[in-house]
Amino acid sequence: MFGLDKKDGSLLLIVTALVIFAPFLLNPFPEGSALAQFNAGYPDLMQRFVIFGIFAIGFNILFGLTGYLSFGHAAFLGVGSYAAMWMFKLFGMNVLPALALSMIMSALFAVVIGYVSLRRSGIYFSILTLAFAMMSYALAYSVLATDMDGPTQQGLLQKGLTGGETGLQLTLQDPRILGAQTTADGNIPVPTLFGLEMRSATELVLGDWVFTFSAGYYFSAVVMLIAFYLSIRIFRSPFGMVLRSIKSNQQRLTYTGMNPRPYMLAAFVISGMYAGLAGGLMAAMDPLAGPERMFWTASGEVVLMTILGGVGTLIGPVLGAGAIKYMENIISKINSDILHSWFAFLPDGLEDFIVAIIYPFIGKGWHLTLGIIFMLVVIFLPGGLVQGGQKLAALFRRKKQEDTKSATTEPAE
Amino acid sequence: MGLLEVKDVNKRFGGLQALGNVNLSVAEQTVHAIIGPNGAGKSTLLNCLVGKLIPDTGSVMFDGQSVLGRTPFEINQMGISRVFQTPEIFGDLTVMENMLIPCFAKRDGSFALHGIRSVVSEGELRDQAEQMLEDVNMLDKRNMHSASMSRGDKRRLEMAMCLVQNPKLLLLDEPTAGMARADTNNTIDLLKEIKEKRNITIAIIEHDMHVVFSLAERITVLAQGTPLVEDTPENIKGHPKVKEAYLGEAA
Ligand SMILES: Nc1ncnc2c1ncn2[C@@H]1O[C@H](COP(=O)(O)OP(=O)(O)OP(=O)(O)O)[C@@H](O)[C@H]1O
Ligand SMILES: [Mg+2]
Repeated sequence: MFGLDKKDGSLLLIVTALVIFAPFLLNPFPEGSALAQFNAGYPDLMQRFVIFGIFAIGFNILFGLTGYLSFGHAAFLGVGSYAAMWMFKLFGMNVLPALALSMIMSALFAVVIGYVSLRRSGIYFSILTLAFAMMSYALAYSVLATDMDGPTQQGLLQKGLTGGETGLQLTLQDPRILGAQTTADGNIPVPTLFGLEMRSATELVLGDWVFTFSAGYYFSAVVMLIAFYLSIRIFRSPFGMVLRSIKSNQQRLTYTGMNPRPYMLAAFVISGMYAGLAGGLMAAMDPLAGPERMFWTASGEVVLMTILGGVGTLIGPVLGAGAIKYMENIISKINSDILHSWFAFLPDGLEDFIVAIIYPFIGKGWHLTLGIIFMLVVIFLPGGLVQGGQKLAALFRRKKQEDTKSATTEPAE
Repeated sequence: MGLLEVKDVNKRFGGLQALGNVNLSVAEQTVHAIIGPNGAGKSTLLNCLVGKLIPDTGSVMFDGQSVLGRTPFEINQMGISRVFQTPEIFGDLTVMENMLIPCFAKRDGSFALHGIRSVVSEGELRDQAEQMLEDVNMLDKRNMHSASMSRGDKRRLEMAMCLVQNPKLLLLDEPTAGMARADTNNTIDLLKEIKEKRNITIAIIEHDMHVVFSLAERITVLAQGTPLVEDTPENIKGHPKVKEAYLGEAA
């Protein structure tokens, strides 16, 4: 199917099905029940799942295949967001041209950053990419945020190219030469796909359950599926094989007649474009771009996602992105009142004690939970969640075999 | 003039003169053995041929062109393939993938964007790779993870990776070290056959005299970085200087 072998084809089909039915799958608990806070089927979070999925898929093309650990990939995420915002401001609210510019701009950045950083490998490469990302952050935060159209004018560049700390926002004065400057009722227009508003959504009420289908989510999901499909093709292509051989033995590759540099640069640029695409989608879902998107913690996050899910596996990065975004949004919302209500059945002293133990790991402490889970995975499942899944599958298979074996041998005894 | 011409090559590592005024001429379509005691500078000499090291002085001409100042991949593209003393393969890749990389390098050059067509669809290259694996008796191992193979198999794989490129000059650094006797004999037969079939030139470093005398048409003896003698195998066998070099080392 689409040039994929059977195994990859079924993986793509499964992922497609999961993505289509995500609004149901992620909302298993009825509205208003105690467990409803574990529901993740709301548009905002689902969009984040797929967008960070794209980011991590792209990161994995570089890190998973070549072993080069970029610690500055968030720079491309930010570049993508700013590029999309400028497209919205200058030309119009259609998301497709915005995403195209996001990818072009991030590719240009990636060519420059990659060209310089790839002169070194290992930790030095990581440090170089980190340095570039922090420079990009500084540019966005202050250097490019100065009043560029003169103190007397109140034009487009009033707050520079990036808008500084508050970020780049849409205004009623934006020219939007190919679209409407304002909506009919005088508001700032919202991003659309040929008129389909990204924030529009329909709700389906089934008994106690409420399912939300958002245009923005499904648009991002389609983009993610295309990105995922392309990454499978890259993994299976000669190009992907050469990238893996770079990770395996770069010296042998050069004595075999191949020049690793341009291959590395191509991988770096492709992976930067994935990040730019993710950044553009973020702006398309919520038209705002701030410098914090380029901060080093954002670069670190995608590293965690990829490792947590499984470096070098096809689906791992998507799982990792989902797991981390789920924790960030769900665990961080649990507060001590909720904990008390869960453990209310216990005697008072014990209840307080247990709540006191769990409390540091919820709410703002979700990072602590993430850290522990991350450590456990790295120590016990170096292949990430994917390896965990494989181990489980193997366990089930063995059990099944044993069952059938004992079933056939029993009569003989 | 030979296919490979090494002239007055010197290489020092700090105070150690690893190569001193080395002159070597390898004629086209011969098997030229380089022998000598440990530390004689044999591997260092090969390193100077493939761009791993740059000699302090001297020249290295291959096929009428200088290799000095060229990168290893450029030199490979000129037609020199090398088997290393410790096997250098792509340990994370399967045996088949190990074979395909040199095939791609040979067909498409040092860099090519292949698009996103699957490796599986490269029928012609796969046939080439499988044929070569068949020749080294490794076809049954083609889907194996190459890092998990024995040292001898890794050597054979590395040799197959070099041979599949059909190089003009094949450099072998102790290709049979760590191999069982039977595999060593197979390797000798394979090299003989390859040489006749494809008319390639081979420079081989080897400690195993059985291998040397079964294959070599010319032998250069290197000691302490300098060639002692160069002659036919018959003349080398009884040469007093050679005995001295080896005995001197043993004593
Ligand atoms: N990169 C290097 N830096 C410093 N010294 C080196 C280097 N490479 C080789 N040498 C030294 O140069 C001398 C020649 O080494 P070389 O590896 O060429 O010997 P050889 O003839 O291949 O020996 P063997 O039969 O043990 O493989 C040795 O004394 C070695 O220690
Ligand atoms: Mg040696």
